[in-house]
Formats: sequence, structure tokens, C-alpha cells
Amino acid sequence: MELCDLDIHTLHSKLVSKEITPIDILDSVSKRIREREKDLNSFITIDLELATHMAKESMKRFEKNKGLSMLDGIPMGIKDNMVTKGIRTSCGSKILEHYIPPYSATVVERVLKAGAVLVGKTNMDEFAMGSSTENSAFGPTKNPHALEYAPGGSSGGSAAAVAAGEVICAIGSDTGGSIRQPASFCGVVGMKPTYGRVSRYGLVAFASSLDQIGPITKTVDDCALLLGIMAGHDPKDSTCSSLPVPDYTGFLKRSIKGKKIGIPMEYTVEGIDPDVLKIFGEATERLRSEGAQIEEISLPHTQYAIAAYYIIATAEASSNLARYDGVKYGLRMEDADLLGMYEATRSQGFGREVKRRIMLGTYVLSSGYYDAYYLRASKVRTLIKRDFELAFQEVDVILAPVSPVPPFKLGERIKDPLSMYLVDAYTTPTNLSGLPAISIPCGRIGRLPVGIQFIGRPFDEGGLIWVADAFEETLGGR
Amino acid sequence: MEFEPVICFEVHAELNTRSKLFCACPNAIAQGPNKHICPVCTGQPGVLPVLNKRAVELCIKTGLALNCKINPKARFARKNYFYPDLPKGYQISQYEEPLCEDGTLMVHLRDQELIPVGIKRVHLEEDAGKLVYPSKGIEEAPYTLVDFNRAGVPLIEIVSDHQRDPITSLELAKAYLENIRQLLRYIGVSHCQMELGQMRADVNISLRPKGSKGFGNRVEIKNMSSFRFILEAISYEMKRQEELLRQGQEILQETRLFDEARKITIPMRSKEDAPDYRYFPEPDLVPLDLSERDIQRIREEIPELPWSKAQRFMDQYGLSREEAMVITKEKGVSDYFEACALKFMDKRRLYTWITKELFRIVPREEITPEGCAFPPEFMVDLISLLESKRLTEGLAREVMERSLGGSLSPSKIVELEGIEIMDEKEGLMEVVKKVLVQNPEAVQKVKMGQVNTLNFLVGQVMKETKGKADPKVIRDLLMKEI
Repeated sequence: MELCDLDIHTLHSKLVSKEITPIDILDSVSKRIREREKDLNSFITIDLELATHMAKESMKRFEKNKGLSMLDGIPMGIKDNMVTKGIRTSCGSKILEHYIPPYSATVVERVLKAGAVLVGKTNMDEFAMGSSTENSAFGPTKNPHALEYAPGGSSGGSAAAVAAGEVICAIGSDTGGSIRQPASFCGVVGMKPTYGRVSRYGLVAFASSLDQIGPITKTVDDCALLLGIMAGHDPKDSTCSSLPVPDYTGFLKRSIKGKKIGIPMEYTVEGIDPDVLKIFGEATERLRSEGAQIEEISLPHTQYAIAAYYIIATAEASSNLARYDGVKYGLRMEDADLLGMYEATRSQGFGREVKRRIMLGTYVLSSGYYDAYYLRASKVRTLIKRDFELAFQEVDVILAPVSPVPPFKLGERIKDPLSMYLVDAYTTPTNLSGLPAISIPCGRIGRLPVGIQFIGRPFDEGGLIWVADAFEETLGGR
Repeated sequence: MEFEPVICFEVHAELNTRSKLFCACPNAIAQGPNKHICPVCTGQPGVLPVLNKRAVELCIKTGLALNCKINPKARFARKNYFYPDLPKGYQISQYEEPLCEDGTLMVHLRDQELIPVGIKRVHLEEDAGKLVYPSKGIEEAPYTLVDFNRAGVPLIEIVSDHQRDPITSLELAKAYLENIRQLLRYIGVSHCQMELGQMRADVNISLRPKGSKGFGNRVEIKNMSSFRFILEAISYEMKRQEELLRQGQEILQETRLFDEARKITIPMRSKEDAPDYRYFPEPDLVPLDLSERDIQRIREEIPELPWSKAQRFMDQYGLSREEAMVITKEKGVSDYFEACALKFMDKRRLYTWITKELFRIVPREEITPEGCAFPPEFMVDLISLLESKRLTEGLAREVMERSLGGSLSPSKIVELEGIEIMDEKEGLMEVVKKVLVQNPEAVQKVKMGQVNTLNFLVGQVMKETKGKADPKVIRDLLMKEI
């Protein structure tokens, strides 16, 4: 096993004991990138020169026994929709192909302050719109477990890079499943924290009321560690919570005996793939044998989640993407007049899926349609949120499949947007209700990994880490 | 048939906060374009707004001064449209659940009558940037530049009601605008300098048969940069609509622009072309959560308002209604008056000195007890010297002029410069004699009983002595000599 295949905890012990240096880890990662990046295309931008500089700084700190944190010296990737000062941030779009941000996102500042070594910006569906990373203007990312398969999306680059050892950990963003679903398809751990747990300042907005940044790691242990560094109040984000951040690693290595785990009956009925259902059933049994109390629950409005999600998300997106108009930054296509410039810039700059969603979103907010679409979707959102509130009066966490479909091949769904949207059936309800959820590997279908997700009460990321860690233990994951 | 207009204003005023509405950039006049900008107010990808608390307070303060209901759970909304001066492609404004609703402004008409005007809402929003056209002309330099200094500056929008106590005359429209401006300056929420764009107004006008309660099709007029143009536009539009109605034609519901040069309104866009702003709740800001205590605290910040102050000045200081209106027009002036008045008996002389002499030297909008070049103590001292007859009016004026830019009190100036009233001992008699010798005809006339000519002689002596002598003393001396 090479260094780039180890987790943060293991590498950190080796750094502290001076068995290795941050440069050794970066060398291992660089070697893996050279071997695999040509096939995988996990990154949009790689800056090994900058990474080397950061690793050298980190090395000096370890020489003086003054490591900044567990993350110090750890090579990581950041999804290309989080702005990095001086480093191109394209959002997977042609319209921002040459955009160099004048500032850094709060999460970026936090991980860099903790000593992380930034390897590069990872590939994604354009503006995080997609579930396969095929909507990237920079070409699709491949699933490291089988190159003809999609890695999931939209944080497919982050998940693939972690799974392939191109980085040790990564950051993704999740608006309707964009961390959990690629984590599931790539066999890594991904968490969408509670809305407001991690600052969104510097995250290029797709759907502001749904977007949340989270960690993608190899283990639950690393997830706890990285989340602890990313989370917490930020005065620059009014929707960010000021609740104190607990030590998430304190929730590790505990028993789940007596934990009440709910299984939503609506998630296992129609439309679910039999292989996914089988793996889910096995996961349930493993938890039961560990002493967890499994209870069936009902989330009756689940069937409306996709519809409500695609109305709210596209409505917000249509507004959020208005700023890419060729006036201030990014692509500008010259034309005879202002309107011509707008049209040419946006026609050339945005890809098909982004345009489709801008049109959908513009439509649902239009005068005369607002009540029937946006307003009704907002009401459905409230009902979905209530479903969860009621369920959490009965159980501690909810267990669910991440997606009703197993990993699919590149090109398999991209031509049929609706079939792609249905991939998000089990992930969007948690974004609509703002709840935290973690996806962790639980088995394989053929060569490809599949995960399950635990959904928790608001700000109970600790509870999720507790059960996810115990579940991981049953697989011999640690 | 006689028609009456229904006039509805949307007044925008820039709040005088230290920073912009959603970022820490200064809200101030900048030295050059794009100096007061940051990632937030230029709409860089990933930025988020953070609400300026003071701007919320000033909006509420305005609402309270206009007797509005305050919505403690007010929300912000996005108003979506494309324009190069709008960095995000949407303006953060308020739509449903604005901060203030359903108020009334008591408008002073001809400084006499008080007429209620309904206020529909007062809400908070951000300003846009400015387009800068190349000075060479668009042909030689085929581009337009954008200056974002103003982008994100907090604005309040005050919308008058068209149903409840609407404005139904040009005269009331004028008084309404003046009273709104006075109020905003009084309560210290905006400087309202029209020429700096700190106050702007759009107006909606429709006509209806006098006495009717219905509404005709309304026309919105934009693009007016001064009170005068606003009133000219309304006046023109009233005539235009009346002519059309008399010819039996329909008024098109549309937006028109005021052509300042030709003093007419011209069509801008029809109702069908009206933009769809696709308002929806701003997801980047949480709804407000104001307590009754927060609102009470803001209420306590509101100073005495001009109309009640004028009444009090009449009662307390014996000013006439007209005088009270003049002195309370600007809060600074009224505070200045009061700071001096507490120390004097003769309020009329004080009134005269402020309105005649101080107004002549200091722009009245710059007069405040704290900021005026002649602090209240100066005025008190000066008038004391006048009352004790140590200065004449002319000398007092001279003292004011000499003191400009200095910090000396009038007493000190008088002492240092040896300024004093000229009397008999100091050669006044000589001047009197000289004037009499030079004007034998006038002396003759006085002797024949023409008293007016005596005033002429007094004037001559005043001139000779450069105002250093008391006219009463001069008159006595002249009489004695003649």
C-alpha cells in the first residue's frame, strides 16, 4: 500500500513520528496523479508547484514539532465551485473558464489555515447541475473502479480523486445529493452537513437554500476530523449557524446497541433497483445484529420531493446565474449591442443542462406561474420537513439507500434528463429539509461500490458519525 | 366635467449609513470610479450579503415617523432583471412583507392646512451602479463603462397610497415631496441632496372625474432629476391625459420618460412590455426577527418633528406662524435657534439675526449647533453686545465677518480690534458737523419740517462712520445741531 492510499489519521501519525514528511505524501499523490489522471480526469486545475510550496512549509512545521492540525501536510482536492484566491475557479463551465477569483471561500481559508496542501480543483457538473459529472465543460470524470462508468455527480471529481488516491481527502458540495451519490458510486465516505453548519461564503451558488459544503474522505474517522475543521459560524454567511461545533471525533468507536434506526417504507417500494435493495437489506441486518433497533417509519411526502426540488433549485439557479452576463468577468462574446452581447455570451458560455435549468427556473418564477409552481413547491418542502420531524420523534437516525439506481455507465442517462433527475430521489428530501446525511460504502454490485446513507436530526452530525462509524466497523473498514 | 388627478409617488432616498447595505464598503462620495467596491458589491461568484443593521433601523425610523405599522418578521426578496449596472442580475429588495406598511404623512399645505397623505409602504433595498458614457461621444469611443461605487448603497423606497388619502392636486404633490424631504432630513436618515441623486422619485398619475372614487388607467413617469422637473412632468401629464379624455380617447397604461429639454413626457414602454421581475424570497438572508424593544428603541431616536416643533416655537418663543415655519424648516436651524433662545429674552432679534445675517453667510443646510462656523455661544455673545449697545448692527456684522475661520468670541474680537460705537467724545460730533456743512439744502428741508430728509442725513453720517455709530445717537445729535 502506498502513502496516497492511506487515510488522514494514519498519515498524521507517520508525520508526527517523523517516519515520513509532507513531501513524501505529496510525491506519492503526484505519482498517482501521473498514473491515473489521464484516464480519470478528476481535476480541472492541478497546481503541483503550489502544492509543493505548501508541503515544504508544512514540512518545516513538522520539523519544529509545530503541526497546525491533523490536516497539516495532507494533500487535498477542492471542488471547482469553491473560490480560491488567485487560482482559477471555473465551476466546470466555459463561462468561467478563465476566472481568477479575488478572494477565497471561508472553507478554503479554514482548511489552508489548518495546513492542508491544496493539490487542485476537482471536476464537476457545470455549476453543480448533474448527477454524473458528464455536464462538465472540461470533459467527464471516470469512475476509478471501472472507467466506463460515471463516478456520480456533481462532486464526481472530488469523489473519484479520493477513491483513486489522487488526494487523501476532498471537499464537495451537495445541493440534491452531489456529495453523497458520487461518494456512494466511488466507494468513499461523503457527508452533507446540516444546512448552516458550514459557511457557504465563496461557494458559487447553484441553489442557495439547498447548497451545503461537506467532506469527502476514505473513512468516517477522517470525515469527523475534516468536518470539525470546516464547520462553524461565519459572519459572512447570514444563513450559517452560530451553534458551537462539537469534537466530532468524540463520537467514534461507540456501540450502537439500542440505537433506534428508522427505515422509510417509501424509499424501498417502487422504482428501486433490486440489487440496490438487496444491499440495503444486508446493511439493515448488519445494524440489527449490532444491537440497533430497526423500525419502519413513514415519510409520506417523499414522492413529491423530486418535483419540489427541481422547481426550487431551478428557480434559485435562474437568479443565481444571472450575474454571468459578460459585463464584469468571465466569458464575453462581442456583439452589436448589449442584448446581443448578453445572448451570445450566455448561449456560448453555458452548457445544455445549465440552460435547461435556467429556462425551467425562469418559467416557474414567472408572473402567473409563481403560485402554481414555486409557492406550491415551497409548501411541499414544508410538508417534507415535517415528515422528518415526526419521524425523528420515533427514531434517532434514518437509514436509506443513497440512490434508487446502481452506478451507471457514462452516456447511459445523459440523453434523458428525467431519468437523470430520478437518480436524486432519496437524496433531495434531506436538502429540502436541511438535514444532515452521510453516505458510506456498504457493498458492491459487480465491480462497482454502492453506499447507504444515514440521515440525522438538525445539527446531529455527531449522531451520524456515531452510527456510520459503527457500521463501517462491521465491514472491517477501519 | 372636471377631472382630478390621482398622484402616487415612489420616492427613493439613499440612507446615510457608514457602509453599504450588504458589505463593509464605505457609503460615501468616492475619489474616482470603482474605489468603493469589493467582491460582494460587484457580484463576484460565491459572495453572500450580510445585512447592515443600521440601515434596517433607519428604514424603521422612517416608517415610525410616517406612522406606519412595522413588520417584525420582514423579509427580503430578489427583483430579477438584466442591466450592466446591476452586478448580480438581481436587486435585493423587499416585496411581500416589507418593513413598514400603512402609514400617513400630515402634509403642510401653504404652511397652513394639514392634509393627510396615505403611505402604502416603506421598504429597504440596494442601489445599482452607474453607467459612464465616454466623454468623446459614443461614435468615437463605442463602449460604455460601469462604476460600481453606488452599487449596494442602501435605499429606502417610500410609496404613497393611491386609495387611502391619495394626492389629488399638483399643489399637494409639491408639498408632499417637500415634506418628505424635510422629514427624512429631520430624522437624520438621508441627506436627500437631489443633485447628488440621494433622493429620486418616480410618479404614477391617472385622472378621474372629480368626486369619483374610481381610477383611470395610470401612467408611470421616470427619469426626473429634480423637484422642478417632477412637477413639470406631472403638470404636463395632467394636461395630456385631460385632452385625451376630453376627446373621448383612452389613456394607455404605460411607462413614459420626461424629456427635460422639451418639458414633455414621451412613451418608454407599454404595459405589455413591462418587465416580469420574477420576485422570490431572498434565500441568502434570513427573515428579520425584531422585538418590540428593538422597535421602541428606534422610536426613541425620533426627534421632535417639524410641525409640532413649529407649534411649540410659536407657543414658547412667541414667534409668528410664518417665522416658526421658517426657523423649523431645517432641523439644524431649529436646534441652533433653540440653543441660542434659551439664553435670551429678545427672540425676535435672534430670529432676525439668524434668518437675515446667518443665512446670508452660512448655507442654511449647514447650520447646526455643533457644526456651524458661528456656534450658538457666538451668536449669544454677539446679540448681548447689541442689546447692551456696545455694538451697532453694522459693527456686529463686521464682527461676524472678521471672525470667519477663527475661534474668537465677539467680545474678544471687539476687545482685540478696539471696535466700539463711535460717540460724541470720539469725533462723532465732528462727522455730524461735516455732514451738515456738506448738505445745506437737506438741512434747510429738515428745518422746514421734512422729517424724511433727516433720515437721509442719518444715512450720510452712518456712511461716513462706516456704521460704527448708533443711528439713534446720530439722530439726536443731528436734531441738536439743526
